[in-house]
Amino acid sequence: MNNIIELRGISKSFDGEKVLDRIDLCIRDKEFVTLLGPSGCGKTTTLRIIGGFVTPDAGDLIFDGKRINDIPPYQRPVNTVFQKYALFPHMNVYDNVAFGLKQAKVPRAEIPGRVREMLELVSLSGFEKKNVTLLSGGQQQRVAIARALINRPRVLLLDEPLGALDLKLRKDMQNELKKIQKATGITFIYVTHDQEEALSMSDVIVVMAEGVIQQIGTPTEIYNEPTNAFVADFIGESNIVDGVMLSDCRVQFSGQTFTCVDGGFSRNEPVDVVVRPEDVDVVHPENGMLRGTVTSVTFKGDYYEIIVDIGGFKWMVETSDFVAEQAHIGLYIEPDAIHIMKKSKYSGKFGDYSTFSDEIETMSDPDTVDQKNEEGPAID
Amino acid sequence: MTKKSVWLSGPYLAWIVGFIVLPLLTILYYGLTDTEGGLTLGNVIGAVADPLNIKALGLTLLLATLATVICLGLAYPLALCLTKLKMKKKSFFIFLFILPMWMNFMLQMVAINTILEDNGVINAVLTFIGLPKLHIANTFGAVLIGMVYDYFPFMLLPVYNAVSRIDGDLINASKDLGANSFKTFLYVSFPLSLPGVISGITMVFIPAVSDFAIAQMLGGGKIQLIGNIVEMNFTKGQYHTGSGLALILMAFVMLSSLLTKDGAENEGGGMIVS
Repeated sequence: MNNIIELRGISKSFDGEKVLDRIDLCIRDKEFVTLLGPSGCGKTTTLRIIGGFVTPDAGDLIFDGKRINDIPPYQRPVNTVFQKYALFPHMNVYDNVAFGLKQAKVPRAEIPGRVREMLELVSLSGFEKKNVTLLSGGQQQRVAIARALINRPRVLLLDEPLGALDLKLRKDMQNELKKIQKATGITFIYVTHDQEEALSMSDVIVVMAEGVIQQIGTPTEIYNEPTNAFVADFIGESNIVDGVMLSDCRVQFSGQTFTCVDGGFSRNEPVDVVVRPEDVDVVHPENGMLRGTVTSVTFKGDYYEIIVDIGGFKWMVETSDFVAEQAHIGLYIEPDAIHIMKKSKYSGKFGDYSTFSDEIETMSDPDTVDQKNEEGPAID
Repeated sequence: MTKKSVWLSGPYLAWIVGFIVLPLLTILYYGLTDTEGGLTLGNVIGAVADPLNIKALGLTLLLATLATVICLGLAYPLALCLTKLKMKKKSFFIFLFILPMWMNFMLQMVAINTILEDNGVINAVLTFIGLPKLHIANTFGAVLIGMVYDYFPFMLLPVYNAVSRIDGDLINASKDLGANSFKTFLYVSFPLSLPGVISGITMVFIPAVSDFAIAQMLGGGKIQLIGNIVEMNFTKGQYHTGSGLALILMAFVMLSSLLTKDGAENEGGGMIVS
């Protein structure tokens, strides 16, 4: 497949603060690509640069092999679904959706049919005359998608489009967006801070932090083989411990030597070791590779989430069997459940559950953080 | 209304009755009666029949319309520039533009006269660079300049408010969908700022229509607006004729405010102040 969009060495600063630092990214035609990261990581700025609303300080933006840095937004074959929908409040549903066609000088007779077809695609038939400000969040969302798709763009940019919807609606819209993407064959570039959303919808995920791309890969690659502690922690839950690579397939951590499946490190190289909570089995202490004391147990419906203290380091383990608090247990880890990462600047910052609580998790949820500063000046 | 709220609004109710309702009724009484106290439409009909009054009314409408158009023409681009400034600079410039409102009205008029008069500032500059003098003082132009100067902040503020409240992503969305800057202005920015524009028009046009002070101070008695004729009748003690004219003036003010109010409501903005 061809690259439809390429970012080469793109940098951007707002008020002296670096938001994007030499980003290189290739996006292939017809793929569903997600830019994933916490608030302030530069994902929205990247999207706005592709849309043409932000001019990069340095670097080239390539579309179909041509540099389009200086092409204004209204001449780019790209359309956007904005974060807060940005529907025109002085127009009804029909006029909002037809706006792009009228600008493109599509023959008058053709417009009503195309609008009807689009509204059908987003299940809003019969809403033509409705006032957009009186629609529900989910309906406004659909109008925004119809409006952005009607000009048949090569690429659709979506800026946290489901952020304002409640959980149930969000799940439905995720499926629907994926369906629309498949049906239209349009390249989707989707910005979100929600890792579950990214994992379930994307062909390719681009994980970003602090204006730098941390990892590009399929959802399985990102989840199973994170490149550093940041990615491992941001995508799902991870226990990340310091280890030493003794030789290929032999790693030492928590005072024990384990067999693993990774290699290619130098002898005795310090590494980060990732073990996912669901990959750890709870066994009798005598059969355990590691032994520790349970410090907390949380019922999660289909499993228990337990925190185990192993030599001062707290592990998170997901198990379907009930374990009592203060119980002494053993842990068993399969070789292919151990993932080895090179040390990075994020080493030691993530993956220890000693201060973990659900409350803190919510507090640091980017959802609750104001995202204005990431967007930069929005007026042209 | 509860008893308590009647008490609370009491002072202002008394004010309304004493200084607004009663005087209006008095004008209505004088306007519709003759010197003997008999009911008549003579005052109103007489006022309309007098060609001098019709001329004054025409001049008033022309002046008020021109002043409104000029104010809007100056304020709209300025408001667009102001919204693009950084926060700190923004408040400073807005302060600068509404500063004249804090100055005494008489002082403003005297100052403008000093600038415009035959030996004033403008002509001094013109003479200095070797150009012929301009006769502006005591003309239609002088009154127009005075009106624009005096009413400009009342146009700028509502227009700026409306323009600055337009979400930047609406502009982005329009461009994203293929509209260039001009079309974006035509189809998105301008329609969305209409409530502010209409509010500004109301706040300039209505006082301009009923003005007599600016015309008196800058027109030097040569510019007779309908407000001046009303004022002249009252100072001469011709209450019946004056009230008849005042009723016509009031009808015009009411008509224009109704027209603009309708427009503002259609646009879904509730910013009207009339």
